[in-house]
Amino acid sequence: MPEHTFRVNGEQVTVDVEGDVRLLWVLRDLLGITGPKYGCGINVCKACTSHLNGAAVNPCAIPVENLRPTDEVTTIEGLADTVDAELHPMQQAWLDHDVAQCGYCQPGQIMAAVALVRRVAAEGRPVTDADLDGLRNICRCGTYSRIRDAIRTGAGNM
Amino acid sequence: MSGTLGRRRFLGYVLAAPTLVAVAGPGPTAAAQLPSPEITEILDLNDLMTVAALPTANLIAVEVNPDGTVSFALPRAEVGQGITTSTAMLIAEEMDVPLERVRVTLAGARPELVFNQLTGGSNTTIATYTPVRVAAAIARRRLLDAAASRLGSPPRELTLTAGVVSDRRGGSVAIGALATAAAATRTEPVSVRLRPREQFTVIGTPRNRIDALAAVTGRKKFAMDLDVGDAKPTMVCRPPTINGAVGSVTNLAQVRALPGVTDVAVISTGVAVRAETFGQCIDAVRALRVSWKPGTVEGTSDDTVLRRLRAAELPIGLPPPTPTVEGRFTFYFRSNSALEPNCAIADVRADRAEVWSALKSPIVAQQSIAAKLRLPLSRVTVHVTEGGGSFGRKLFFDAALEAAEASKAMGKPVKLMWHRADDSRQGRTHPMCTSRVRASYLGDTVLGYHQRHTSVTTDLGHGLGEIITATAARLPVGDIGFAGTFFQLSQTMSYDFGVSTRLLSETGRGFNTGSMRNVYSPDVTCARELIVDQLAARMGKDPYEFRRDFLRDDRSRAVLERAAEAGGWGRTMPEGTAQGIAFHAEYKAVSAALVEIDCRPETVGRPVRDGVAGPRVTRVVFAVDVGLAVNPRGLEAQMLGCISDGIALALTSSLHLRDGHFLEASWDNYFYTRQWNIPPEVRIIVVPSTSEEPGGAGELGVAASMAAVACAYGRATGTMPTSFPINHQTLSFEPKPTVPPVPESPVDGLDHAR
Ligand code: FES
Ligand code: FES
Repeated sequence: MPEHTFRVNGEQVTVDVEGDVRLLWVLRDLLGITGPKYGCGINVCKACTSHLNGAAVNPCAIPVENLRPTDEVTTIEGLADTVDAELHPMQQAWLDHDVAQCGYCQPGQIMAAVALVRRVAAEGRPVTDADLDGLRNICRCGTYSRIRDAIRTGAGNM
Repeated sequence: MSGTLGRRRFLGYVLAAPTLVAVAGPGPTAAAQLPSPEITEILDLNDLMTVAALPTANLIAVEVNPDGTVSFALPRAEVGQGITTSTAMLIAEEMDVPLERVRVTLAGARPELVFNQLTGGSNTTIATYTPVRVAAAIARRRLLDAAASRLGSPPRELTLTAGVVSDRRGGSVAIGALATAAAATRTEPVSVRLRPREQFTVIGTPRNRIDALAAVTGRKKFAMDLDVGDAKPTMVCRPPTINGAVGSVTNLAQVRALPGVTDVAVISTGVAVRAETFGQCIDAVRALRVSWKPGTVEGTSDDTVLRRLRAAELPIGLPPPTPTVEGRFTFYFRSNSALEPNCAIADVRADRAEVWSALKSPIVAQQSIAAKLRLPLSRVTVHVTEGGGSFGRKLFFDAALEAAEASKAMGKPVKLMWHRADDSRQGRTHPMCTSRVRASYLGDTVLGYHQRHTSVTTDLGHGLGEIITATAARLPVGDIGFAGTFFQLSQTMSYDFGVSTRLLSETGRGFNTGSMRNVYSPDVTCARELIVDQLAARMGKDPYEFRRDFLRDDRSRAVLERAAEAGGWGRTMPEGTAQGIAFHAEYKAVSAALVEIDCRPETVGRPVRDGVAGPRVTRVVFAVDVGLAVNPRGLEAQMLGCISDGIALALTSSLHLRDGHFLEASWDNYFYTRQWNIPPEVRIIVVPSTSEEPGGAGELGVAASMAAVACAYGRATGTMPTSFPINHQTLSFEPKPTVPPVPESPVDGLDHAR
């Protein structure tokens, strides 16, 4: 079987699996990194949202063979390590607003939120209602309003 | 239990154990709790569930550990509703230990609990509120007694604060150090008084969830995150129509040879595939060539069901000579899919089985799995895992049963998960139903209100049915079966509308149904509140003032008034936008929602990729009185979720039945509320209550929210909506094929990095 090498949460990993297996399953089923969740498998629900070199991606839609050895995948488990604190400010904002209900969607929500804030910051503007409306992550528990509040708080501390 | 029990003594026991273990004594006898006449006013579904749980309340124990923590295995399922947090609060309150030192886990199936391990009917807090506190109070008392001998001070001179007992002379000891000394060598009775409400420092204060940190760091473990031995990913290739079955498979050997695949086996629901990764399961499911036998509702579509419902509707009687307002409302099938799809781990051996799944009725699950595997009950272990949402879905154990079957067929442990398309197409649904309403009035008086609710049969065969059957013989409802009993017990007429009747009839089997964040109330209430608006209009009254005038009691009026005041009821709004207001009572709670909606064309037509825009709810003010709110922040969270559900039910989310199958197969087909549908402004008001008893909340808020959105929509457009969700007649997506049953996994993820 072909080998695929890339970085996950700061560590180099090599997996031995068919190249068309999507990254989500490599993370969850082979590497035991279960923070990214399955909710659809077709890049719709966004429960699996993680970062690739700092941008939000959906690993359920990325064949593992698309990754290069220098590519850095960050999952929710590695998010706090990207800052100099116990928790990333967005995670802290999630706690402050007591966002999570069942929590199943929340790793993906937080990763999407961080990428959104980075993106608008790069554009030199604040997060708008339209930006928040544009988030596609499903929360079947309906925590959307608290997510919006938490993103605004988290953005202020990033 | 009634509020008058406040300061009476409660009996419980310390159990013989190496460390301190306390339980509540048997509650007041069940018979004393069941009132006989007038069912609507004095007995509701929650009384019945609470009564059914009482005889075994003494079997759930609070345990003090040598490390100073207190543990409690809650015999309910946590699926996001926050009951582990509120239960920990009850214990922290009675024991004076910090909340973070209370560990609440979920108990595995315990058949001896009989009716006391079902999570449903928003009943958890109502049923466990007293027994949990009694057990905690007993533990506290034993700790004080043990501390008295350790410190040499009488118990009355001791104080217990933050998990440490201190005397007046400066001596102190942590409860962990007392855990063994306070233990009993034989089971002993202990009697205690519970802390009176005015002394609460934890109950009634807003607290964050005890599992929040685990949730935001990705450490919270759901069933599919567990590492159980050799349990490998498993999926099922399912039929193209609802409940079809496998005829034959033409390429078994070929699929078995696919990369990663370890096993393929035909089971009762389809063809199960086990592989190294779920991705390879998906590929194998897509590769299978299966001929299918017909399903259980072959050829049926929305229209067919609607005709059957019409035929099954109970007569509403001849129109009275007085003026009437009438309405007929249709509610299409809706999916109660959670974000975590149906899933379970099963390890079935020749002589035993072990199952892990988020189960709200684990005892019935254990019994059914044992029966299916032909194993004695004692050889089947069922672990209840944290659930990623439920909304009614996890009352059933479809995936657990299927995983057990697949594991047995393959002779290996399996980690079985449904694809989203499966969950949407073969998963349980809220049954399609209609509600016919007639209200008659004369002058300023409503003379009568009659509602005939007709529904595709709701499957209640998950334990709630058994509870009702076991208790219903003692109820004054006659022989109306458990669905009829459930309907009567869960509905109430809150308005002074003269002679009122409500009847349920069910028709049609063959669908996979279940409750969905309540069974009947959102639809029944939505229909009623729309008619209430019509009545108000006929009488020339304002919808809010009409409701206030006709509500029967002050508590109901108070929430309505709070919502109206805080929401600025009656403010002028631009054409095409409007306010709506609605009321709902259930679970010993009352609620009112004020909604503002924007139905202007530029809003309805705003561009949304692969989604439904539609009217936008721009503001919601929701007032709720559940009685004693154990955790007001948790209560607000539940209402927030209910509002999202109510918006979806009124405006966007439904399943389309065509030729024996549902068209929806994705979250971009089934339009549950998304960020672009969320009101920018939401305010939830927890109305202070002097009640000593908590009410239920998990499902409470959906009915008033849905109804208020519908009423607002009617007022904004000038036409009362009669079919829900309002966009059902427009198919807003391209249906995915049914063969193969699951869509291909995309490969273009990198192109969408942002
Ligand atoms: S599982 Fe990846 S987007 Fe839904
Ligand atoms: S918190 Fe349950 S799906 Fe979002």
